[in-house]
Amino acid sequence: MKNHGIIENLKSLVPTVKPSSLFGWSVFWVLVLLPALVWAQDAATQAMSVEYRDIPGLGSRNVVWVVAQQHLLLAGFVLGVPIFAWVCEIVGWKTKEARYDKLAKEFTKLLTSAYATTALFGGILLFLLIGLYPKLMAYLSDIFFPSFIVYCLLFLLETVTLYLYWYGWDAMQGNKKTFHLFLGFLLNVFALGIMIVPNAWATFQASPVVVAEGTAIDRAWAATWNPTWWPVNIHRLIANVVLGGFICGAYAGIRYLLAASQEEREHYDWMGYVGNFIGVFGMLPLPFAGYWLMREIYQYNQQMGITLMGGFLAWLFILQAMLIGVLFLGANYYFWMGITYRIPGSERSYRRPILAMLIVLMVCLGVWMTPHSLVASLEEARKMGGTHHPLLGVFGVMSAKMTVANLMILVTFMSFIMYWRAGKQETAGWARIAKAVMGALLVIAGIAVIVLGVWGYFVPAIIRINYFSVAQVLIVLFVMVTFTPLTAILMKSAKTTTEMVWGQMPIRAGYALVSNAVMVILLMSLMGYARSSSRVHWHIYGVMRDTSDYAYSPALGYAAAFMSLNTFVFCLLVAFIFWVATMGDKGKKIPDQKEPEPAKIPAGVTPAMAGGSPREQD
Amino acid sequence: MKGPLAKTAILLVGMYVFLKFILPLFTAPLPASLIFLYLALTFASAMIFYTMSGGSLDEFMGPVGRFLTGSGQVGIAGTARILVFVLFPLLVGWQTYTRLAPSDMPPAENRTIHPAPPGEFVGLANPYPRTPENIMMGKGLYAAFCSPCHGANFDGKGPAAVGFNPPPANFSDPGTIAQLQESYLFWRIKKGGVGLPVEAMPWKSAMPRWEVELPDEWIWKIIMGEYDGAGQSPRTWEEEE
Repeated sequence: MKNHGIIENLKSLVPTVKPSSLFGWSVFWVLVLLPALVWAQDAATQAMSVEYRDIPGLGSRNVVWVVAQQHLLLAGFVLGVPIFAWVCEIVGWKTKEARYDKLAKEFTKLLTSAYATTALFGGILLFLLIGLYPKLMAYLSDIFFPSFIVYCLLFLLETVTLYLYWYGWDAMQGNKKTFHLFLGFLLNVFALGIMIVPNAWATFQASPVVVAEGTAIDRAWAATWNPTWWPVNIHRLIANVVLGGFICGAYAGIRYLLAASQEEREHYDWMGYVGNFIGVFGMLPLPFAGYWLMREIYQYNQQMGITLMGGFLAWLFILQAMLIGVLFLGANYYFWMGITYRIPGSERSYRRPILAMLIVLMVCLGVWMTPHSLVASLEEARKMGGTHHPLLGVFGVMSAKMTVANLMILVTFMSFIMYWRAGKQETAGWARIAKAVMGALLVIAGIAVIVLGVWGYFVPAIIRINYFSVAQVLIVLFVMVTFTPLTAILMKSAKTTTEMVWGQMPIRAGYALVSNAVMVILLMSLMGYARSSSRVHWHIYGVMRDTSDYAYSPALGYAAAFMSLNTFVFCLLVAFIFWVATMGDKGKKIPDQKEPEPAKIPAGVTPAMAGGSPREQD
Repeated sequence: MKGPLAKTAILLVGMYVFLKFILPLFTAPLPASLIFLYLALTFASAMIFYTMSGGSLDEFMGPVGRFLTGSGQVGIAGTARILVFVLFPLLVGWQTYTRLAPSDMPPAENRTIHPAPPGEFVGLANPYPRTPENIMMGKGLYAAFCSPCHGANFDGKGPAAVGFNPPPANFSDPGTIAQLQESYLFWRIKKGGVGLPVEAMPWKSAMPRWEVELPDEWIWKIIMGEYDGAGQSPRTWEEEE
């Protein structure tokens, strides 16, 4: 009551103020409010001086780790799927095959449902970063603010384009199809932008370029164009296609396992094939992109490169070899089962080539997984004369790893070519010569890759890195770019000797597709951790040190547990999203309304998408 | 012994015998971790190959199923089945016990051989020109200070090498100094085993801290002599003229 009285008295004073005494009143209010202003400033300064906040019990780093990984994996899927959804749509448009259009639409449906969740996790991540790492975020905002604006604009454009692309799918058939395809193109352009802008922020942390002078845009641009920006952009772009392909494959695999009718089985068998094909297609150039990225990291900072590949993170690369190996095996296994089950009677004729390819893959994987420093007990190390084995120790260095990685890519590519040609008889007069040339080329390429690999031990590292490794990659790429069109031309005029039957794959094919998706998610979680940990105790390498309680690298076992947790949580999320997305389909189905007839492969058809799509011969 | 299961068993046993007993006739024995890895890959190969088609899957899994269910397992086969059911858990128990029982042997370790050097050593270039005189001087210094452990032939087989575990590095192996830049060697020679960072735990290096005895110039020249003598080149980002 007393306070109320004082305020009333003050109020009563205000109207009586005369202009002449305005100055006096101003001084009075300033004197009254000055302490409050100082207190407010103190509070603001105190808030600004908070460098870190923590989440008790969970730990700020752990929470950010999980949320960032979920956001990244979802974003990988959301940015990877539009690429091949659009390609499928183009294939459907060019070949007049309705099932490709349907497939593209189904891919896009998965995309739309995952898009909101991706944005949600992005928002959560942003709030967490601002709240838990205010000093770091203030620094990054200061440098990258112009790119924040660009990112927001791109996000807006991507959202609008995605709405139009998805909701306009049925309305833009016929004459408007080209416009719809143009929207798909725009979607991918904006998606690329959305990927590369935040990549600049993340890569800046690892390989910063700090310019003290110039405008805000100059500084942002210099920081964006840092040494690892484009290697990461390319690596992520390809990896997103792989992730998207294998997740769509897993979706098809699960739908295949749950299929109630033969029509559904046929459709999802085919969709699983396309998903696996896309995943493999992306996986083939991925090691090359990864090699380039590592090379740039080494060149940027030898210390960081050694931490990654020779130091305490080196064991992650053995895990990486195992996961990539399982992925290669899973993808090939699915191809081989496809030959056995979809092309009746082919098992006997393809048994030997498959065995040969399996042996090569396994030997390569054995070499890839052999560490340079072996895990050995004291007694074993004494017998070996150290942790390097005198004979098998040579498998531990990059020359051996590059060689076997290239051979595995070559074998996987040949596996796909074999699948493509299975059940068909070439009719072209020059087919025999072409096949002989391809066979000779394959043998020469394999020998050349091995010779360069062995030779690599006897030349300086720079020669091996700059010439031999590049030559190995080019040899494999040369095989791919010559075999693919040659096989396509051969297959165009080939006659089908054995009809391909869809929907006959065993249940383990569905599990293989799911396993591939899990492997690629684990792989991305693993290498994401490796890339992030290579900064060790720096938020921004060499510029801003991590002074929090978490300025240490977690033990590898601890990190591996988090990678598994992230994979598990992501699988749950994706399963939930897809379940919600397809919930409506069940309600829409009218008993009498039949699904579009999935095309059977009649005799004498040629594939529109290598080995997959049936299309009547002209 | 014609079925896929029998073939797999024979393959695994053959592989084990080769890795464990035959290969050591020609080279050093393999550690158990590597033998396990190669056997796992062999088993995975068999699994993949025999589950490729329905027919081979039935042939592969049929005997396993019959064994587990006891279908048609009478007489000696039945007794063998019961024996396996008794012995297998005992085998697992014994394995677990031997892994967990206290032992005077240290556990197998995944030591980091090439930890990252401290920032001040990154990117250092050898300030001395690669002249025959400098290389010769480096080799002389190497002979005096390094060869007792690392060997006159740069192969890690010096007269004192037998006293160390792990043994001194073999510079003629393309997996050692050829993978590293000169600045890395400079750091390792100058700071020695005691200068290894935390990530190189457990610190198992008897390398002396040569900075207390040798000037930097001598260390750089020793590095030059080492590369030349071992027939290796340092890792660089620029090709030599």
